[in-house]
Amino acid sequence: MVRFDRVGRRFGSVAAVDDLSLDIAANEFVALLGPSGCGKTTLLRMLAGFETPDTGRVLLDGKDISAVPPYRRPVNMMFQSYALFPHLTVAGNIAFGLKREGLPRGEIETRVAEMLALARLTGLGERKPDQLSGGQRQRVALARSLAKRPRVLLLDEPMAALDRKLREETQFELMELRRRLGLTFVIVTHDQEEAMVMADRIALMDKGRIVQTGAPAEIYERPRTRWAAQFIGDINIIEGRVAADGSGVATDALGLLRAPVPAGLKPGDAVVLAVRPEKIALATSGDNNVAGTVSEVGYRGDKSLYKVAVAGGLSMKAAVANAVRAGGPAMGLNDRVTLSWPADAGLVLPP
Amino acid sequence: MSAGDQQRGGRLTVALPYLWLLAFFLVPFVIVLRISVSETVIAQPPYLPVLDWSQGLSGFYDFASALTLETYRLLASDTIYLLSYLKSVQVAALSTLMLLALGFPMAYAMARAPRRLQPVLVLLVILPFWTSFLIRIYAWINILQRDGLLNDVLMALGIISQPAAWLASDTAIYIGVVYSYLPFMVLPLYAALEKQDESFLEAAADLGCPRWRAFWLVTVPLAMRGVFAGCLLCFIPVVGEFVIPDLLGSSESLMIGQTLWTEFFGNKDWPLASALAVVLLMVLVVPLMIYERLQQRELDGARR
Repeated sequence: MVRFDRVGRRFGSVAAVDDLSLDIAANEFVALLGPSGCGKTTLLRMLAGFETPDTGRVLLDGKDISAVPPYRRPVNMMFQSYALFPHLTVAGNIAFGLKREGLPRGEIETRVAEMLALARLTGLGERKPDQLSGGQRQRVALARSLAKRPRVLLLDEPMAALDRKLREETQFELMELRRRLGLTFVIVTHDQEEAMVMADRIALMDKGRIVQTGAPAEIYERPRTRWAAQFIGDINIIEGRVAADGSGVATDALGLLRAPVPAGLKPGDAVVLAVRPEKIALATSGDNNVAGTVSEVGYRGDKSLYKVAVAGGLSMKAAVANAVRAGGPAMGLNDRVTLSWPADAGLVLPP
Repeated sequence: MSAGDQQRGGRLTVALPYLWLLAFFLVPFVIVLRISVSETVIAQPPYLPVLDWSQGLSGFYDFASALTLETYRLLASDTIYLLSYLKSVQVAALSTLMLLALGFPMAYAMARAPRRLQPVLVLLVILPFWTSFLIRIYAWINILQRDGLLNDVLMALGIISQPAAWLASDTAIYIGVVYSYLPFMVLPLYAALEKQDESFLEAAADLGCPRWRAFWLVTVPLAMRGVFAGCLLCFIPVVGEFVIPDLLGSSESLMIGQTLWTEFFGNKDWPLASALAVVLLMVLVVPLMIYERLQQRELDGARR
């Protein structure tokens, strides 16, 4: 439904978006995820119409909309700052776009009431934005952007201003809303958890390009590059070479570490082995066993994070779920431990 | 600092502006009010009665019974004073409108200028203050006089063939007022416009507003506070303006500041001049109270 066709946008000498192509299907929830300055917001603003691509085209339902001004696009955006008009009431804000469409008064009133109910704001229609809490303001902004029934709803860091608890609630509300309305959503976020919880598909961006697109689990479990692996979640990276027998990665410090080597790599190729901390156990039963000393313990309640000094001056992290009710982390500082993980927990990636 | 000290400090902070108002506004006003209900005499001071404390309480009774509203009756009976007030309000209202029409685009352009340039533009607006106000008005006499710069330029351009009489006219007053008060209109407008978040305009565009429509539906309403402030900052002092009409205007119809000056310095009629000042204050208090009310409503709205 939406297609970015080799779009590019430069600001001075910096390419904010660089020869990027991306397809978004109808009713899909896509998250543009990346560090700040990766071009995700610029991409979103191109779809809204606030930025014109220097090169390439933006297509909506097969039509080139690159030159269509924002006020003529069937696309609405929820702004990071919410941008609620302070001189208008909540109802006035929600009705703003409908009035511009020239809808009859009765229709506008019905729709506003509908939106207020949808955003659980009934009874607050006559308030001004500065008389609302942060969470309420966020819902007004959402209601306002939904009021015109856009084809695509754009969300620019919609939860950046909310505290953690409220954010989680709002994420589920948005997903519920999306199931009911069957809209196409594009969200920009730097919060990977948010992207993973809500999106059908994540487009991981860096330096104006898309690094990888895929379902959240795919992005997390099968990152294609070292950068992607390190950006999403926590991961141990060990440098080495493809072992002679092709059964894993040969490292100087830790010897042979077994892992599935993808086709196309020859023995002796420089690679890195990537293993997520939660896939490492403190036991001696895996395909790979590495001895070390606990150098740091981070107790997080639901799990404990151990930093373990291993041979060759390397340090590895293991996350262990605190499944048993106990007084704290099972291991203490300077305890000797063995880290172990199954061969298929490791990922062999280009260096 | 103890809590008690802090509370006392807080009270002092609140009390200071009130003390200021008391010493420099209320006390002088009471003096003016008291002179306005006296009678003119050729004496030192040039009015009666004078309160004589040495007579004790009876002295105060004598004083109070000698007070008179004669000056106010005189004010009401002679239309010259009413015309003076009307002229002042008319000049102030019209020039405030002109200032707004001129100042808003200026302030808007300043607020939209590149960030780096804005401090320079603000400086340029207040730059005229570095020269004495009087000198600048004298410069206008030079520009507007029969063989002055304006006529030279207009004739050189072939727009007029005979030198026109600009000076000693209402036009000259309007030119002088608009020129002198422009910074007082531009700065509050700029302050209001500069604060406006670009994302409001983007949100308006996103919701179907072309740029010009967003200007009237978003930019202008959000700048209303600045509009009120700028208009009051211009209207109030212009009503009492004396120097500009005296130097640039004609002597046919006087603004209230000139009338007041004439009564005070020309006719040495302190009570009448005081009465004029008291009435002028009443004329000015009305728009101030409207502004106050509006601001209060906004504050209440924000708090609810």
